[in-house]
Parts: sequence; C-alpha cells; structure tokens
Amino acid sequence: MTDQTQSMAERRPMSAARLAGVLAFLLAVFILVPAFIALTGRWDFYYTLTSVALLSVAAAGVWLTFYIGRINIGQGAYALTGGYVSAILITQYGVSFWLTLPLAGLFCAAVSVVIGLPILRLRGVYFAMVTLVLTEVARLTALALPVTNGAKGITSIPLPGELSILGLTIIPDFATLANPKLAFYLMAAVLMVVTYLVLWRIVNSRLGHLCRSLQQNEELSASIGVNTAMLRVLAYAISSFFGGLAGAIFVAISQSIYPSSFVVQDSVNFMLYCFLGGLGYVFGPMLGTLLLYFGWDLLSVAKQYQLLIYSGALIALMLILPNGVLSLLDRKGGRK
Amino acid sequence: MQGPGAISPDRALLSLPQKDPRMEQILANGLYLGAQYALIALGLTLIFSLMNVLNFAHGQMYVFGGFVTYTVVAQLGLPFIVGLVASAIVLAVMGAVIERFLFRPVIARSKRDESTMLLAAGIAFFLDAVILLLFGEKQRGVPKIVNGVFNWDMRLIMPYDRILIAALAVALIVGFILFMQYSRTGRAMRALAQDRMAAQLMGVDVDRYSMIGFALGAMLAGLVGGLLVTITGINLGMGGPTSIKAFLMIMIGGAGVISGAIAGGFILGMMESIGLTVLAAYGDVTYLVIFVTLMIFLAIRPQGLMGKPWG
Repeated sequence: MTDQTQSMAERRPMSAARLAGVLAFLLAVFILVPAFIALTGRWDFYYTLTSVALLSVAAAGVWLTFYIGRINIGQGAYALTGGYVSAILITQYGVSFWLTLPLAGLFCAAVSVVIGLPILRLRGVYFAMVTLVLTEVARLTALALPVTNGAKGITSIPLPGELSILGLTIIPDFATLANPKLAFYLMAAVLMVVTYLVLWRIVNSRLGHLCRSLQQNEELSASIGVNTAMLRVLAYAISSFFGGLAGAIFVAISQSIYPSSFVVQDSVNFMLYCFLGGLGYVFGPMLGTLLLYFGWDLLSVAKQYQLLIYSGALIALMLILPNGVLSLLDRKGGRK
Repeated sequence: MQGPGAISPDRALLSLPQKDPRMEQILANGLYLGAQYALIALGLTLIFSLMNVLNFAHGQMYVFGGFVTYTVVAQLGLPFIVGLVASAIVLAVMGAVIERFLFRPVIARSKRDESTMLLAAGIAFFLDAVILLLFGEKQRGVPKIVNGVFNWDMRLIMPYDRILIAALAVALIVGFILFMQYSRTGRAMRALAQDRMAAQLMGVDVDRYSMIGFALGAMLAGLVGGLLVTITGINLGMGGPTSIKAFLMIMIGGAGVISGAIAGGFILGMMESIGLTVLAAYGDVTYLVIFVTLMIFLAIRPQGLMGKPWG
C-alpha cells in the first residue's frame, strides 16, 4: 500500500500526456461512440452504454468508501432511495426532473449521514455485512411504506422535461426528441465525466490525503489530529450522493421503479466493478463497470453458458491480476 | 418468484398449521430453525476465522449439497444416509480444491485482503452456473424419510422428520465442537484462528490446516443442504438469501467465534419464528424489524455478542 501512495504523490497535476489522454477519452465518449453506433446501426448499444455510465457513477461512490478503507456493499440501497425520491417528487409533486436530481442526491447524502454515524464505527467484514443488509432494508422499506406504492411500484413516470434559464432552452424536452436514447446517453456520459472529475479532484486534494491516512491506519491518523469520524461520514455521504444521482437517472430512463429495481445483487456488482478495475486507481471503477457490464451483455450470445463463462473469466482475472486490471499500468511504467 | 437476493422468513421451514400458535409451538419452531441455521453459520465462521475470507459462495455450497443428496436419493434410489455422506464428501473436496487453487494464490499476491471478496463472489456466480447446468432450475425434493406427526395435546405439533433432522443437526453441531476441542486437527485450526503467525512459528502447517478448514466449512454447508432437502426441497434461487442469512447470524454472534455462530443461528431462528407470529398482523415486516434491531445492536456492540473487537 505504501508504494501505491508514493506513486500517487509523484503524480504531477496535469502533464501533456495526461491531457492528451483525457481529450482522447472525451473524443471517444462523445463523438466516436455515437458515430460508431450510427454507422453500425446497433442502437441497443446506447442503452447498454448509458447503463455503464450510470453504474460507473454509482461505483465511483463505492470506490470512495473503499478509499477510506471500508468495503461498501450497500450502494444499491442509495440508488433505490434516490430513484424513489425522484419518482415521488415528479409524479406526486410535479417537480421538474432536473431539480429532483440534486434533491435525490442530497436526500441520500442526508440519509447516509444518519445511518453512517453509527455503522461507520464498524470495520472490515462487519461494515461490509451491515451495508449488504442495508440494501435489503431499503427494499423491504420500499415494500412497506405507503408512499412508495408497495410491490406495484411507481410506473409511467414522464420523461425529463425542458430545462431553461430565462427563457433560454439549455436542454430540450426529452419527449419531443426524435432520439431520446442518444439524449440519455449524452446525459449519462456528461454525468460520468463530471463525477470522475470530482472524484479525481477529491483524491488529489487535502481531503484525499486524509482519506488515504484513514485507509492505512485509522488510530494513527486520529492520534495526529485528523477528525476521522467526520471524515468517514463525509466520504460516505459523497459516496451515497453519487448512488442517489445514478438511481434517479435510471428511473428516468426506465420510467418506472419497483422495490426490486436495485437488489443485493446490484450492490455486490458495484463492489465487483471497483475490485476489477483496481482499488488503487481513480478510473478503476469506470473500467471495471465497462468490462463487466459490457462483457456480460456481449456474452448473451453464449445462451445458457453465459454465467459460466462470465464467472470463469472473473475468477481467472482475479488469479492473474489480483490487484485489478489497471495494475497492468504499474508494471508497464516500471513501478512496482 | 422473488428476485435474487430477496430474503424472507422461511415459511416452508416452519410448520404453522394452527391459526393462533401457542408459545410452545413457536419456541419449538425457533429451536428447529436455529439448529439448521447454526450449522450453516458454523461453516461460514470457520472459514472466516482461519483465512479472513468472507465466503460469499456459502449459500451456493449449501444448495449444491442439497442437489447432491437429491441426486443420490431421488434419482439413484439409494438410502438417505448415503446421500448425506455423498454431499459431505463432494463439498469437502470442492472446498479443498477452491482453497488450494483459488484462494491461496490470490491471498498470496493481492495487495489488499478484501480482494478475496471478488474471488468469493466470482465463485458464487460460478457455482450458480454449474448448478443451473447440472441440475436445472426446478425445485427439487426427496420423499419424506419418516412419516407421522408428533402431536402433544394440540399444543405442539411437529412432524417426525423435522424432529429427526433437527436432532441430526444438533448431533452434527456437538460433533463439530468436540472435533474442534479435542482432536489434533481441531487444536491446530483453533491456533490458526487465534494467531496465524504464532501458529506458524510453533510449527503448525498453516497451508494444510487452511485447506482442511475450508473443506470442513464447505462440508458443513453441504450437510445442511442434504438435511433440508428432505423438508423444504432445494432450488437454485436459495443460494444468495442463505448466504445473507448466514452473514446475519455471524454478525449477531460475532465473526470467527464458534460459540457466536451457534448463538447467532439460534437467535435468528427464534427471531424469525417469533416475528412471523407476532408481527403477522403488520404484513411482511419480520425481516425489516430484524435488520433494524441488528443495526441498533451493532451500533452499540460492533463485534457482536462474543466476537473479538474488529474481527
């Protein structure tokens, strides 16, 4: 872990190569992918890639909790909560979708502070197991509460409306668009880029350094005056904010939400995305989500052997690269 | 069918024929459930204490064991005890192989302990896929092994096969405790759980006993599967929820402690049994109540009833 920290400390703010990499990435996401889909006519890829972008936003949150040394298997709970907040605000109070996005995120952050205060005292597998249970709590609560309409869920939620400032249309009404799939894709991609920018900024700031000290030794960092309790609740709240945001957009895309929209399996998947990409790398969860989700989608040609091949590949990857796919970069760079 | 990972009290596991069951009945049901649960939790906690691995695939191992017994008893027509032994052997071998060829290399090379969770989850998926291909997705069961119902003046009604299964489960738990307490292997594993480094320095073959421990844990999961297939039957979807319930039990009792696993199993069994009766009027909220209670409990006592602080 120490070498990992060192390599991060060595990182210069923004070198030319890094800038070129970021530009190439933006080019690929916003121009090459739509062009490729228009050429090949694989419109179904839009849905898959939109899901990848949104899942990676939620996974970014999970990654941040990993960053303070906690295994978070409860992101599904916040995605579900965020989805319900958005759905209820839109259908029952007529709030604009664009306003419900930050509200869903903030609501989740507030909930996570209340829940996080006691449970963040737990560590290791205890925290992991409690967060796993949290997803079930969210599902059962959604089933039991009257406002969420129980198992029937909330359906036929309208598409996102127009967003305008002083009469100037910034985002057109999705219902009037010829191709809402593309619009959703662009929205999710923008959100993903912003999320990872924020995450990258956090990691390379004072807050990030403090988080790393928590990951390595909580007692030690507390002993030199780091407010560990505040810090871990803060990191958890940011993490849950991302989860709620992603959940709210998912609801807008599927135009419906049920208590089983996000289950334990999803929470586990978020954790897997982080592991697979690499816990030591900010962009690990994004890569992990792309590989796992897209890979699963592509493997559907294998019919009944889909799960067998998928899980076999997962195990094989773990055996070859136990520190995540991005640990390949380390070897190439000559760092150990 | 509920989605994967959906957990609910096992109605099929409980026998609640009467409208308004008596306290004796509720307690008997709780004890019966608890015996099964404790056995599942024992395997999980053993693996955790030896290797610091949270075995996500535990529920799938349980399902696999159930299917092995089903194959031997219902399809090959052999006696139940043969099926049970077959489950134990198959799962023990599987556990040993998984430890030797998957967990050991990953633990040796990984930077962070948690990486084993990805591996465990991958194995859970893999076992799901294998079960689907080998046994299909249908619900399977074996014929009753004993007929008849025990009836004590309508106060306590319990089919004989359930009593037999519960007795077998208790016998297995007792056997396991005796084994851990008095055998050379058991002593070595306890030493390993206490302090891996110190055990190694005292000349305990750490690799060998890790493998035996993992095999034993998997075997226990398989045995419970074999026992319960006679009562509730078995299907593919039971794996995930069973894992979560097992996690709950070791959280209640404290991870990595044998007494804690047993206590956790019985407490969860009792809570399910009581919750189903008392909370029936409020709908399906038993597990919600259990979860919330657990969270409050863990906030006060993070290491569970008997666990060491920070596992």
